[in-house]
Amino acid sequence: MALSAKQLKHLSRLARLKLTDKDTAIFQKQLSEILGYVDQLQKLDTDKVEPTSQVTGLVNIMRKDSIDQSLPRKEALKNAPEQLEGFFKVKSVFD
Amino acid sequence: MTIPEIHKEFHTKKTTALELVQRAIEVIEKKEKNLGAFISLDIEAALKAAEKVDERIEKGEELGILEGIPFALKDNIMMKDKNVTCGSKILEDFVAPYDATVVERLKKAGAIVIGRTNMDEFAMGSSTETSFFKKTRNPHDFNRVPGGSSGGSAVAVASGEVVFGLGSDTAGSVRQPAAFCGVVGLKPTYGTVSRYGLVAMASSLDQIGPLARNVIDTVLVQSVIQGADERDATCVSDERNNPVYDLESIQNLGVKDLKIGIPKEYFTKGLDKRIAEKIGEAVELLKKQGAQVILVSLPHTEYAIATYYILCPAEVSANLERYDGIRYGYSAAVDSDEETKNLFDVYFKSREKGFGNEVKRRILLGTYVLSEGYYNAYYLKAQKVRTLIAEDFKKVFRQVDILVTPTTPTLPFKLGEKLDDPLQMYLSDVCTVPASLAGVPALSLPCGIVYENGKKLPVGIQLIADYFKESLLFQVGYAIEKLQK
Repeated sequence: MALSAKQLKHLSRLARLKLTDKDTAIFQKQLSEILGYVDQLQKLDTDKVEPTSQVTGLVNIMRKDSIDQSLPRKEALKNAPEQLEGFFKVKSVFD
Repeated sequence: MTIPEIHKEFHTKKTTALELVQRAIEVIEKKEKNLGAFISLDIEAALKAAEKVDERIEKGEELGILEGIPFALKDNIMMKDKNVTCGSKILEDFVAPYDATVVERLKKAGAIVIGRTNMDEFAMGSSTETSFFKKTRNPHDFNRVPGGSSGGSAVAVASGEVVFGLGSDTAGSVRQPAAFCGVVGLKPTYGTVSRYGLVAMASSLDQIGPLARNVIDTVLVQSVIQGADERDATCVSDERNNPVYDLESIQNLGVKDLKIGIPKEYFTKGLDKRIAEKIGEAVELLKKQGAQVILVSLPHTEYAIATYYILCPAEVSANLERYDGIRYGYSAAVDSDEETKNLFDVYFKSREKGFGNEVKRRILLGTYVLSEGYYNAYYLKAQKVRTLIAEDFKKVFRQVDILVTPTTPTLPFKLGEKLDDPLQMYLSDVCTVPASLAGVPALSLPCGIVYENGKKLPVGIQLIADYFKESLLFQVGYAIEKLQK
């Protein structure tokens, strides 16, 4: 399975991850190789197999609906690159 | 010296906690330049903590078994008010706002943190070379990798910089560096150790585990960090998750009449002959002690790496969405070298500059396998093959008690050897990935030395048991350790 430059560009936008031209060339080759390798799974017949997403048999676990202490606002904002009046500051979404 | 021996020396006043920490610091000062195991150190705090332990000894108080024991944390486990970088530029200046549950428990047990160790960026890698900060070297040969991703913790333990370390294992990241560095490493059953405060990589697989110099030390650390935690819903809270281990039985039960399975798929042509020989010798020793050795098969083993490299990137692409340059971490918006016009630009450029190549590859791969039109062919398919791999283990554990395999197919490889060939790097986890996908526990321990170009390179043997059967791993691991002496 070869990945085209166009597909990679699309993925880069979906993943919000800018790629330089140099990255694109290298990743295109490397990711195509990896996809070629993982394609071997297609050999297996899995029609009647249930998918596994959790291995220890746990199902939905809810904690008690009670008020608990959460991270204080000041602490939560401590690592923010930009903040304003107790909020995270972001750039405009639209130009 | 083992932890119980150190503990005894504290009480008989043969050594003090302060001396032990000072010795650790001396080793670090002498060796760290060559090894590069640590990203950050807590020297002052460690000395102070040791003095407090010594005061307790002076007063004649009884210490806990881990009290005063110096250890290292992998740098993806949070410790309040300390940096936690995950080996990434994007978290270079991030300060942890709270303690991970495992850190809270080790602090309470009185163990002393010496520092946080180097790792592959976000635990993605098998050589500790993808760290943004530095490369860590194998203490047995500086030209070779220590394995990864918990390479820093493995090296810190192997070189005597600390008594034990914590790592995280998603596909072999505790076991493979343990094997390459000649120490013991445990990947516990998925869900036995709380991951609250562990920075997530692939959540259906990540598990914290100890690295130590011997099996008994490993047991002692595991019994402190293991157990239910309501802050991690994936941490098992029923009676299966029992952190109490009986040291007497572990040391005395031996292997007589145990059924030991040798899965043929782990001994194929890709395996270094010298490693196969060492494993063979260990198996012979077990046989002599009365173990019954049975050749078994786990037929889907060959599909494990392919399955992993769909599921792991998929989970990575979702888990790493949080690094957006807004709430924490590196942000292009405040970087004077970057121009950002709008929010999209902030995401786009922060992630470009903040992440290294392996992380980028996995995010892109994960985005691809989860994207419209490809989900069924890749992600769902891999989840189904995961079921087949887990069933292989369930079936085989009806036949045998424990499996014995190599931990790695090769000896520690050279720095740079696989860095530009991701697929080759991925294949180095071929022996450790299956147990991760199934969620069963596995232990790697030293199994002899191979000489190459005048260097002594360690070989690791892997034991795999059924879910929650860590005590059996410890029992057989201890027997192997003893037989080799």
